Amino acid sequence: MSKKIGDVILDVQNISLRFGGVKALTDISFNVREREIRSIIGPNGAGKSSMLNCINGVYQPQEGSIVFRGQTFSQMNSRQVAEMGIARTFQNLALFKGMSVVDNIMTGRNLRIKSNLFMQAIRNPFGIGGAQREEEQHREFVEHIIDFLEIQAYRKTPVGQLSYGLQKRVDLGRALAMEPKVLLLDEPMAGMNLEEKQDMSRFILDVNDEFGTTVVLIEHDMGVVMDISDRVVVLDYGRKIGDGTPEEVRSNDEVIRAYLGTTN
Amino acid sequence: MAEAPGKRTHWDFNWRSANGFKGGTMAFFLETLLGGLMAGMLYSLVALGFVLIFKASGVFNFAQGAMVLFAALAMARFAEWAPAWFGFESKFLANLIAFALAAALMFVLAWLIERLVLRHLVNQEAATLLMATLGITYFIDGLGQTIFGSDIYRIDVGMPKDPAFVLESVFEGGVLVNLEDVYAACLAALLVALLSLFFQKTVTGRALRAVADDHQAAQSIGIPLNGIWVVVWCVAGIVALVAGIIWGSKLGVQFSLTTVALRALPVIILGGLTSVPGAIIGGLIIGVGEKLSEVYLGPYIGGGIEIWFAYALALVFLLFRPQGLFGEKIIDRV
Ligand SMILES: Nc1ncnc2c1ncn2[C@@H]1O[C@H](COP(=O)(O)OP(=O)(O)OP(=O)(O)O)[C@@H](O)[C@H]1O
Ligand SMILES: [Mg+2]
Repeated sequence: MSKKIGDVILDVQNISLRFGGVKALTDISFNVREREIRSIIGPNGAGKSSMLNCINGVYQPQEGSIVFRGQTFSQMNSRQVAEMGIARTFQNLALFKGMSVVDNIMTGRNLRIKSNLFMQAIRNPFGIGGAQREEEQHREFVEHIIDFLEIQAYRKTPVGQLSYGLQKRVDLGRALAMEPKVLLLDEPMAGMNLEEKQDMSRFILDVNDEFGTTVVLIEHDMGVVMDISDRVVVLDYGRKIGDGTPEEVRSNDEVIRAYLGTTN
Repeated sequence: MAEAPGKRTHWDFNWRSANGFKGGTMAFFLETLLGGLMAGMLYSLVALGFVLIFKASGVFNFAQGAMVLFAALAMARFAEWAPAWFGFESKFLANLIAFALAAALMFVLAWLIERLVLRHLVNQEAATLLMATLGITYFIDGLGQTIFGSDIYRIDVGMPKDPAFVLESVFEGGVLVNLEDVYAACLAALLVALLSLFFQKTVTGRALRAVADDHQAAQSIGIPLNGIWVVVWCVAGIVALVAGIIWGSKLGVQFSLTTVALRALPVIILGGLTSVPGAIIGGLIIGVGEKLSEVYLGPYIGGGIEIWFAYALALVFLLFRPQGLFGEKIIDRV
């Protein structure tokens, strides 16, 4: 592969997360390098989504810290994480159902729109003049994303009416509209047929390739993971049991055991 | 409208006209319908306050009625005080300044509520939030009376008090309309239209809709929940102010204004707590239903239907469509 993998951009250090008595994550450490595709795999309930939610500021881990581009954060909320340049998609679709495809993706531009929401509401409640021009520029950007994801035909469709696979694409589009440094994808291909999976893989590879976006990917389909990942972290029962290139992980005994479900 | 018994010059809408019943003519039906629509528009306005806050923050804002009274008190008293403060006579100017000051006060109130209450209750149970707004209700009631006094005050923004007759060429005697109601309904309709425009066409409006749809996703793309809540409570405050001015100038500014909010409850049940069009159409249905039932059923069941009709309708509605006309269907996650 010709792409240049850079320095560590995201460093997860000794993260532990509990929900009451449930230990969702125990002492997890791994790093993500710039421009790489880093996958997190593991059986159901292994703690993959919890890990992503810690990075995204949805959950605050009891122990450990996360370093992003040299900045340490432990008590950040999702909004602050978004401001730092981390975008995400959701395992369970979390689109804005009442809105069209364009509007959904447009919301991803929110942070790029200059004046803050409150001042905008007061100063310029109906978007006249400068704000109108700014809006048009953002809309243009959104149109590029729509072309890129090949969903032109559904621009004005309320997202609730789209097929599951297309909704997943809109979810990706909304995250891309943020122009993130790091993209966190929680099972972007779950519930898709083979063709849809291939499309989605292609989009992820293209984003990574063309925009140099770093990708952290949770996925159950081993074929896809082994195909597109640079490195893979394996979680099981909230612990890290493997970390390395797809080949290394594939031949790791503990990983094989976890996936085959045998204890010895 | 008096009418000679048995007179059949109007197109007979209703068989009862033949018996000299005054509700028997098309003109009278129109009158009732119009009256209902106009009253309904005002219910919609108050219901909208509830819906906005519920959509954006999942809070059923018990304090909506208190906000209406508070805003009306501010409007009435500032209009009284402004001429003395700034040394002028003009009534128009006094009202203008009072409106600006009352609006500013509602902004401050919204900001305080977010800062001191909501911010600390993120992700709490709906019941906890409801109780919090109950607390806010008492606080606002107390604060309003402390600052502005607890007598009955007048708001006079120059609403015409005289009735007028329209469509005299179509119906003999014309259709009687209350000009005050027409103004009020137009004002309410204008506000509703502006709000819809704001929600559909602006960046802030889009962010508001995003938060209403999915808090978590909205935050993950960098929309600040706190900021949105301030905006929403401000908007609800302005809605309360306009409602307060309209009702206050009709009924006088007094404690009973808080019950205006209770009038909006059936509207919300009918329209659904999550739907802006639902609040509007629900309000119109209730308004028209109240008036028509009073006039056409009243003679049989006895007067005073107007008072309980809305609740009865809402109850029947709850049995068949608990999510309201336009509300989202409640599906439990399994
Ligand atoms: N908000 C929460 N409250 C309580 N427990 C939680 C919460 N989120 C996750 N858990 C628990 O943490 C553990 C890990 O869950 P998580 O969703 O991270 O797994 P996962 O690897 O993403 O699984 P899947 O492949 O099914 O998506 C599970 O036992 C789960 O029940
Ligand atoms: Mg998961």
